[in-house]
Amino acid sequence: MERFDVVIIGGGPAGMAAALGAREKGASVAILERDDRLGGILNQCIHNGFGLHYFGEELTGPEYAKRFRDQVTKDDGIKVYLEAMVLSLTEDRLVRAISPTAGLIEIEAGSIVLAMGCRERSAGAIALAGTRPAGIYTAGMAQRLSNIDGYLVGKEVVILGSGDIGLIMARRMTSEGAKVKLVAEIMPFSSGLKRNIVQCLNDYDIPLRYSTTVTRVEGENRLTGVYVAPVDERMNPDLSREEYIPCDTLLLSVGLIPENDLLNGSKVEMSRITNGAVVDEYRQTSVPGIFSAGNVLHVHDLVDNVSEEAFVAGRSAAGFARGELSGGDTVNVLPSQGVRYALPQRIHKGEGKVKIYFRVDRVYKGRTVLVTSNDEVVKRKKTLVMAPGEMQNIEIDKSLIKGDISIITEE
Amino acid sequence: MKKYDVIVIGGGVVGTAILRSLAAYNAKVLLLEKSSDVATGASRANSGIVHAGYDAETGTKKAYFNVKGAAMYPALTRELRVPYRMVGSLVAAKEGGLPAIKALYERGVANGVKVEIIERARIEALEPNISPEIRYALYAPEAGVVSPYKLTIAQADHAVQNGAEIRLEEKVVSIKKTEDGYLVVTEKAQYVASYLINAAGAGAVEINALLGESTPEMKHAVGDYYILDSKAAGVVNTVVFPLPDEKGKGILVAPTADGNVILGPTSRVVPHDEAEVNAVTREGLALVREGVGKLIPKVDLRSVIRVYAGTRTAVGGDFIIEESCKFKNYFMLLGICSPGLTSAPAIGEYVAAEAAKSLALTKKEKMLPLPDRFHLTKATDDEIKDKVASDPAFGRIVCRCEKVTEGEILAAIHSPLPAHTVDAVKRRVRAGMGRCQGGFCRPRVMEILSRELNIPLSEVRLGEKGSEIAPYEVKDGYGKI
Repeated sequence: MERFDVVIIGGGPAGMAAALGAREKGASVAILERDDRLGGILNQCIHNGFGLHYFGEELTGPEYAKRFRDQVTKDDGIKVYLEAMVLSLTEDRLVRAISPTAGLIEIEAGSIVLAMGCRERSAGAIALAGTRPAGIYTAGMAQRLSNIDGYLVGKEVVILGSGDIGLIMARRMTSEGAKVKLVAEIMPFSSGLKRNIVQCLNDYDIPLRYSTTVTRVEGENRLTGVYVAPVDERMNPDLSREEYIPCDTLLLSVGLIPENDLLNGSKVEMSRITNGAVVDEYRQTSVPGIFSAGNVLHVHDLVDNVSEEAFVAGRSAAGFARGELSGGDTVNVLPSQGVRYALPQRIHKGEGKVKIYFRVDRVYKGRTVLVTSNDEVVKRKKTLVMAPGEMQNIEIDKSLIKGDISIITEE
Repeated sequence: MKKYDVIVIGGGVVGTAILRSLAAYNAKVLLLEKSSDVATGASRANSGIVHAGYDAETGTKKAYFNVKGAAMYPALTRELRVPYRMVGSLVAAKEGGLPAIKALYERGVANGVKVEIIERARIEALEPNISPEIRYALYAPEAGVVSPYKLTIAQADHAVQNGAEIRLEEKVVSIKKTEDGYLVVTEKAQYVASYLINAAGAGAVEINALLGESTPEMKHAVGDYYILDSKAAGVVNTVVFPLPDEKGKGILVAPTADGNVILGPTSRVVPHDEAEVNAVTREGLALVREGVGKLIPKVDLRSVIRVYAGTRTAVGGDFIIEESCKFKNYFMLLGICSPGLTSAPAIGEYVAAEAAKSLALTKKEKMLPLPDRFHLTKATDDEIKDKVASDPAFGRIVCRCEKVTEGEILAAIHSPLPAHTVDAVKRRVRAGMGRCQGGFCRPRVMEILSRELNIPLSEVRLGEKGSEIAPYEVKDGYGKI
């Protein structure tokens, strides 16, 4: 049985930043990464746009990952297990993993940072009607096949959902000579970044149809076409307006789900909205010593925010392992009036500043964001446009917190 | 031209059961399958229920083979290491449904099935989440659930292990009666058999037609299904049916042998040329949701991981399992719909014995057992340590949802009946059957298949010919923008 102050599950952007955060506090660190290299999904994101906030420059995914990987691998205080899949973890922080080289790995952890990332919602999860031919992929799977393996999945493409990976893949496949015929989005707005809609669709004249869904797919061995139809406010398709689009490929970009399977059956309190753990401003879950950061906590749209969040989690996890993490009373952070969720969900009373991240439930123009505590306004911020696809944040002074915090938007 | 004692046409659960039983005789036997794997038709997409045997009318072939087959399941699945659980079944009825339950009870007793009528308190003890409207149930404690495709594959593997041959992707295109047997021509080769067995499922009518044998009218009914995440397991403990109606046994809620939850099927009659299309419909899924709501309203459809459709083929009310009157040593299995899966092992023994009688075949002294396979999720820590030390591939997890290792995938690719497509791997080891549905592992499985089969990744298929997953090479990269 090995022992480390901080054990980090996942070696993507969150895991690597958490490791560096923990090292800043002098903790001994282990990273358990299931792939054969660090970097996570960044390794297949060969487009640029990463790091604008964190590094102040535009990097590709692999470049962004490399900046962290270089720091991680040259630090002797971080032990990296590659191809290591965690099989179980306990509330007293025993981690059991498996890898081809180390066999069964058993580690006693002073604290744990969950950094497993997220997975894509599948065709099954949206109960896609029709046949089951080849030609239907999640956008990320198609991205991996083209950018890691070097193979293109098809030539005539319809994309369901306007999540960022779908938008990126619309451009990627176009650049490979494929024809992207339509991006259909069931919601009246996109969950993707505005800049991706402009740079990946508009610049290539790829049509994006809102309030539209794929009603069924056709094809025996290979997809031959899909049917699309507009939906009403309750997302029921109007089948009388069904339209057939011949295509050999359907990419799905219909949502990301934090991959918290390791927590099934555990005592960690989960949020039904984020599908991640409920955390405080240290990113500590309801089980002491278990922290969570990155897309496993809530789905981010910018890796820069992931790094920042994970750095906090790593530093705090090191503090916990060394008995230096302060506790005390907490208040709840309650979203309402246009705010779908806010994170952290709990904040300790005390000194210093804390940044609250939140997402709105639809597109709002010219709204003011208010943070109140015991019905007193502690922060006010005017915004031009807020969209569900773009995570917002607002910083407050902890000393102003008297009781539970509400975060709301106002005309 | 290769000569065989017996040729079986069709690699479903019935065809492979017959093949496996034939492999127990000193005989040269061959199975021809038009698809890329066994278990690609009705044997793949069905409810996976081992029926107790109260449904079928007493005295029918359905009743006979159902009861006999169900009794074979515990030992058979142990021998072939196929997931099977004797979870019991309930036919659930509301107030006023007692006469119908009693009729089923009587039939169960007449068929020699262990059944009892239970009321609300005992129903609730078995199924705490059952609808409050349910008052009575027929309880059959010996009903079970099985993985139908794993059984089909294991029967095929076991047959091959014992000298039988299987040719995949060989559609039969012509059959001629010869003086002492049959000349069977496929897209690829010609074979001669003394005894010919038509177990082609929905395609049995075409096989009969090739020979000039007539087939009674076939009726094909498509059913839609939902599969729920293993996280939802526990919402139901037994196989819960509604009262049967003229369309069949109705929409059930059940645990699967592999630990998921299954909901369905509907019953939508389709013409013969659509019998193998298997398209899920929105209307069908809505009917399933409605049916499930009447039995176990607590089922949470947010945990759906897969929807699919399967077709069952019937000819009249009973199975047709008989030698042709017109063609000696030509045996037909027609309309093996429910309870076909349950009956298959018993049908296999019976048909093999018929062929053996005609050809005067002798039995082998014993059959070689299927070798034990390592499965990470079923191994102890000590077993895992030993296995990974001897072969690191068993420590490399490829499918993270179902915890399937590369070693297990390699074993499937190199099994007696080799898996050479992504779906074939999935059916054998569950890589891609979890909650992410292959989102992460499919490219990895493709890479392994490409390496092991020595083909480019662009030629790796999901299933049949024409189902290549990533058929084109990336050429120009971003240079083209």
